[in-house]
Amino acid sequence: MNTDHYLTLSALLFTIGAVGVLVRRNAIVVFMCVELMLNASNLALVSFSRAHGQLDGQVAAFFVMVVAAAEVVVGLAIIVAIFRSRRSASVDDASLLKY
Amino acid sequence: MTEFVAPTVEYGTILPLLVVLGAAVLGVLAEAFAPRRWRYPVQVGISITGLAVALTTTVLVGLGLEEVGGGLLARGSLVVEGAVAVDGPTVFLWGILLVLSLISVLLFAERRLEGGLTGFAGQAAALPGTSAEREASTHGVEHTEVFPLMMFAVSGMMLFPAAGDLVTMFVALEVLSLPLYLLCGLARRRRLLSQEAAMKYFLLGAFSSAFFLYGIALVYGFAGSFALGEIDRAVSASTGANAYLLGGIGLISVGLLFKVGAAPFHAWTPDVYQGAPTAVTGFMAACTKIAAFGALLRVYYVAFGGASWDWRPLMWVVAVLTMVVGSLVAITQTDIKRMLAYSSIAHAGFVLVGFVGVYDGGEGGTGLTSLSSVLFYLTAYGFSTIGAFAVVTLVRDAGGETTDLSRWAGLGREAPLLGGVFAFFLLTFAGIPLTSGFIGKWAVFAAAWAGGAWPLVVVAVLVSLVAAFFYVRVIVAMFFSDPVGQAPAVAVPSMLTTAVIATTAIATVALGVVPGPVLELAEQAGAFVR
Repeated sequence: MNTDHYLTLSALLFTIGAVGVLVRRNAIVVFMCVELMLNASNLALVSFSRAHGQLDGQVAAFFVMVVAAAEVVVGLAIIVAIFRSRRSASVDDASLLKY
Repeated sequence: MTEFVAPTVEYGTILPLLVVLGAAVLGVLAEAFAPRRWRYPVQVGISITGLAVALTTTVLVGLGLEEVGGGLLARGSLVVEGAVAVDGPTVFLWGILLVLSLISVLLFAERRLEGGLTGFAGQAAALPGTSAEREASTHGVEHTEVFPLMMFAVSGMMLFPAAGDLVTMFVALEVLSLPLYLLCGLARRRRLLSQEAAMKYFLLGAFSSAFFLYGIALVYGFAGSFALGEIDRAVSASTGANAYLLGGIGLISVGLLFKVGAAPFHAWTPDVYQGAPTAVTGFMAACTKIAAFGALLRVYYVAFGGASWDWRPLMWVVAVLTMVVGSLVAITQTDIKRMLAYSSIAHAGFVLVGFVGVYDGGEGGTGLTSLSSVLFYLTAYGFSTIGAFAVVTLVRDAGGETTDLSRWAGLGREAPLLGGVFAFFLLTFAGIPLTSGFIGKWAVFAAAWAGGAWPLVVVAVLVSLVAAFFYVRVIVAMFFSDPVGQAPAVAVPSMLTTAVIATTAIATVALGVVPGPVLELAEQAGAFVR
């Protein structure tokens, strides 16, 4: 089985996620873009796993899912806290720290 | 259907790690079951006991390491089915991380400066400036969760440089980062700054770990294995350039260089260091950097050692950029915490100089190698960094800590002892002889020179001179200029912070005057096992 198409798709998803992080303004959307990047990595891991004919990559994908879930908990807690004190989740509004 | 084979886990060898994790879990339970007024002493007790026991077991593990042999000066082995590499450098890093964490716990536990409460938000869920927040502080509510969070971070830091495969390394990276994101957002004073720092750290940290992960996927695609040793074999066997390998090295570098705070991935450092509670800043500046450099060295020396011609030019550029950006931008800073943040960026650059030397000690691999010089540098840097941030917690006015540099004018005359200690830490950062910073710089520069990276050493020495300027500027402001308006008061801390400052100052003097024993210990650590 040729896994090249899946790798291309994963590279595409990763790029969309990375560009999204850089251009979007809402912290939640930025965070969703990071999740997209992690899932693109999962797709790459599983495709490579298939290409190599072993399970290591698939097992790694499970680890990544658990880590991503933990990251959601921490990330949403921080973003909700900042939204409640500022009434805004825009990453541009949080600009007290500079220079 | 193949039969299930249970993995072998060498519990004795990874005991220090398990003790710290166990203490963290115990801390979570104590948080749930202990009555409120007991939580603080119980949590501090659990943390200190856990770290002390872990330190003792680390020494025992270190004494029990067996030499690998085969012409390689390395001792230790891969345990837990190759997931954890317990070798000389690992044990050295564990030891230094545990000592510095022990010191940091004392700083976390300081209560006298905030009128009987810790420097962390009473109730993180209460909005800043509302009656709920005032109520929380008048009722003496405090978040003792910071201690288990810190212990989780320490366990991640211990696992990060000890990881024997890339998946373990990724998990360790997250275990160390996630608690730190939260700790950054928990300052008692200036909570908007603190929350902003947490959000910036979190979003950028998650962004960089996504790059790290995609790099891992690409390297897996190239080598067909996550184990560092297997990757090394695949790298050595390959001829010509492989897009997966080069892409993987590049993306993994982004993740690791972000964590060590190297330019051009340093932008988060000043914001997070300034916004986070100062105790957390000290802990994070010292321990995260040590753990991340340990992991960086292991990945590059063990897994990508065969491709060093591919990554060395990249690291040369990063090292020069990091030193120059850190030192030059620090000159214009007006906030003491931001200045120390840029100084830590410059220090990351100096460590990178030692790292790109890739000097294995010549014949027989004895003497000062790149690895041992970096280990010594990190030790020296860790102590003086925590000490400097501990001093920052003491300079206060009505609104909490006074971090603006103009308010530090005349501080040395107001409080000669404290000013003197801080000046000493700054001189250490600048690398003045008879301080640990000088020996550390000398060690990494010597190793890099021996490894053939002499142009880098020349740049590093020149940058050190520039860097000395902004350290001396602070000292001059403290001792030779008059205070502007009302002079900031130097708060009298409890025994805890006093002990932290005394210990770190003594360690810094000792490492500068008699560096022999620790330097020898770093040399004894030998090479990484594969």
